[in-house]
Order: sequence, then structure tokens, then C-alpha cells
Amino acid sequence: MRTTRRTFLQASLAAAAAAHLPSSLRAQQGQPARRPIPSTREEIPIVGLGTWITFNVGNDPVLRDECARVMSAFFEAGGRLIDSSPMYGSSQPMVGYGLEKLGRPQALFSAEKVWTSSAAAGPAQIEQSRRFWGVPKFDLLQVHNLLAWKPHLQMLFQMKAAGTLRYVGITTSEGRRHDLVEQIMRSEPIDFVQFSYNVVDRDAEARLLPLAAERGIAVIVNRPFRQGALTQRLQGKPLPEWAAELGASSWAQLMLKFILSHPAVTVAIPATSRVDHVRENLFAAAGPMPDTAMRQRISALVKAL
Amino acid sequence: MSEWWTYRPEDFLLFSPRTYWRMFELHNAALWPLHVAMFAAGLTIILFIVWRRGIRTRWIALILAALWIFVGWSFLWNRYSTINWAATYVAPAFFAEGMLLLVAFLLDALTFGRRPAEWAGYLILGFALAGQPLLAPLQGRGWASSEVFGIAPDPTAIATLGVLLLARGRLVPWLLPIPALWCLLSGMTLQTMGEPQAWAPYAVLALAAAAWTWAIIRPRRSLPAA
Repeated sequence: MRTTRRTFLQASLAAAAAAHLPSSLRAQQGQPARRPIPSTREEIPIVGLGTWITFNVGNDPVLRDECARVMSAFFEAGGRLIDSSPMYGSSQPMVGYGLEKLGRPQALFSAEKVWTSSAAAGPAQIEQSRRFWGVPKFDLLQVHNLLAWKPHLQMLFQMKAAGTLRYVGITTSEGRRHDLVEQIMRSEPIDFVQFSYNVVDRDAEARLLPLAAERGIAVIVNRPFRQGALTQRLQGKPLPEWAAELGASSWAQLMLKFILSHPAVTVAIPATSRVDHVRENLFAAAGPMPDTAMRQRISALVKAL
Repeated sequence: MSEWWTYRPEDFLLFSPRTYWRMFELHNAALWPLHVAMFAAGLTIILFIVWRRGIRTRWIALILAALWIFVGWSFLWNRYSTINWAATYVAPAFFAEGMLLLVAFLLDALTFGRRPAEWAGYLILGFALAGQPLLAPLQGRGWASSEVFGIAPDPTAIATLGVLLLARGRLVPWLLPIPALWCLLSGMTLQTMGEPQAWAPYAVLALAAAAWTWAIIRPRRSLPAA
């Protein structure tokens, strides 16, 4: 179909309107719900795409194309935030390959990390990451696993002030160093914090999630399925009938809804190498969410299984 | 990185089993039919040891030296490092083992005579050449991802352990650590991936350790009482 000024304008208006749809209407249209980043009120879809393990496929042309198809399905289903790290092997060049193949989707919200014990090596690593992705600049840069966090955070704040970065964050995983994470959340003007939170690992509920809400810090949740261990454990087990009330047709969707229904969570980043799974994940962000009682029910059920 | 004790082996696994075994498929496809020459090199090593004709056994060290350097460069440095950045730190160890074997060749430092528990050496060598490549089809992955001596690191390291069990010489203790450590590392990687064939490098290590212990103890036990 030929694109005229009129059709382009209509499409743009439709896209702009879609971006401001109320969540109930967005759900009806199968679009993932959005939440605001507290520091700017910019809204992002509540399900993103992680790249840990799944996107580290080296130079394998078959697997690279599979990952590119996952990215394509992710954007088609309304996803925006993709998260990677220099620690993740070939995941960064893989993301760059996928973005290039998809014609550099405008919807992309790029989340990267700096991961080096040398403060001096930080800028060069970030520049290398930027080249891998093929983006002019990153939306979000995070200090990975709090490695050399003091000098890296200062550098990231300077980048933000200079306009070469939009958001600054820190990350941890698997419940490590929550005391230090809390200290940084209290003392530094970060926009994002990333940590592990899922239906069985709920330590973050005690201090980090309430603190993020109090301090206006966006929360990225990693390892929502414990790196696939939870979904594997529940494979073959029947889904409870009441899951249908939430529009969940799989354990993965039910567990994602548990995470996403916490009001302090901004976005969860499940990683997958399968197109059907990425669609399923984004669809989990479109329907009704569990209330407090239902959240307890989900958690108790998964723990019991 | 602090709090090392909180990390598990899974935290260091950067790739999926599918990506790992696909890597062998691609590597085999890229190097075929070099596998035939490598198998012939392995058979040559066994024949040289069996014949025990002095001058010929010297070449065993040279063959192994070339293979360690080749596997380190072609597999670890060029291929494995694309999914595991740690491989770039392991590749120099393969180069170092190759250099040590080269020194063994130049000094003619390995001799092959009758040894206690030498059956263990032959068994390990035979497994590296003929057993290890069968593990892929036996586990339903097909021949394409087979690990072949001289092409993949596991059978190369295992075969070297077998050769060293059959050898004597002052360089033997220097030649043992790198193949043994690789078997340990590979076993841990496979175990973390949940792959049943992790038993292979572990079993080889256990058998080699037992055979070495026996080889050290037995001559002493056979000494007459003073």
C-alpha cells in the first residue's frame, strides 16, 4: 500500500491516540498496560524484553534470525523496553542485528548497563555497547550489579546532565546486596532500580518496593521466572480454574501478573527465545490484574507445587 | 564483584544448552573433513605407543602440541568466545599446553614403557577417540554436534590425559594440570547446563587420578622391607 501524507497523518494520530488510551480500553485492544516512569511521567509498557542467556547466540545465523523474530513479535505486540549488558556475551550485537533487521523501530526504549570494575573503562565500554546496538544514545544506563557504582553513577549523572542519556539506574539480582541498593536508593537521584522479584522470591516487598514508590524510582524486575526454573517446575501441572478470571492461560502469565500487579513495579523483563512466549508475556500485561487476596493465592499455590 | 559466596554455577552460565550444542554443529560443519585426519592422528598416537619404538614415540608430543594450539585457536578463541567471554582467558592455557608439549618433543622428554594400570591410559585414550563422538547421537542430538578429537577441546584433553598416563618423563607433572583442569571446567559447565554427559569428563578425571595414585603407590609397596 502506498503511503500518502493523509494515511501517514491518520496512522500517526492513531498511534498518538493509542499511547493515551485508558488501560481498560488498551486491554480490550490486546495492548500491554503502561506505567509512568516516576521521574518524568513518561509511560512505558509494563512488560519488556530481557536478553540474559536467550540472546547470547554468538555468530549462529539460525539462532540470530530466531532472536530477531522474537524482537519483531515483541514490538508488534506493543513492547518497548529491551534490556542488555556487556556481561551477556553476544547479546548486545544480537540486539543490534535485530534492530537493524527491523528497520530501527521508533518504539525502542533502550536499557543498557555499565559493567566494569575500572571507573576509567566505563565510557569506552558504554561507547562499545552503543555501537553494538547501533543507537545514537541509550534511554537508560544502569550500573550492573553495583560494580564500581560510585564512579560509574557520577559518570552517568554527568551524561544525563549533558543530554547524552535520559535515565540513570542501578541493578542487582537474586536478592544480593539489598542493603546497599537501599542505601543508594535513599542517597542518589536515580531514575531506575532493577532487582529480582517473583512469586517465590519476595524479599523486595519488605523494603525495596515500598522505598521505590516513596522515592519515585521506577522498578525493573528481572528473573520473573527464576531464569525459567519456575516455568519448568510447573510444566504439566494443571492451571487453577480461577486463573481464567485474570485472563491467564499459562503459568507464565499467572506469575507475570503476580509481579505486574504490585503497584511499585514499572516493568518486568522476561527473557525468551520463543515468539509464542514473547506474545504470551505481553498479553499478560493486557488483561485484568490480581488484587491483594488473589496475589497471595497465586504465591501460595506456586510455593505449594 | 563482592559476596562471591552467594553466587552459584548457574549465575556464570551465559548461554543455553541449545546454543552450546549448535556451536559444535557449526564448528564441525566449518572444519569437515578435517575430522578424518584428526581420527587418523589419534590412531597414529595409539599405534606409536603400542609399538614403543623409541624414535616414533617422540612424535606423539608434537602431534598433541599442534592439536592443543589448533583447538585453542579455532574453537576457544574464535568460536566459544562468541558466547562465553571467559573462553578468551582459557585459550592461552591451551596455547601454553601446546608449548609445553612442543618442549617435550624437542627434549624427547616422554618415554613409553610398561606402566602400572596402563589399561586405564588405553581406556581413556580409546574413549576420547571412539566414545566421546558417540555421546551426541546417543543423547539424541545427532552426529552433527559430535565432539571429535583434535576438533573439540574435551576429547583432545581427555586423550592427552590418556597419553600422559602411559608416559614417563620429568615433564609429565607439568603437562597434567591443564588437561585435568579443562576436564573439571567442562564437567562443571555441562553439569550446570543439566547435561547428563557431564559424567564423562568427571569419570575420566576420577579414573586418571586413581590410576596415577596406583602408579605411585604400587612400586613403593613392592619394595622389599629394610
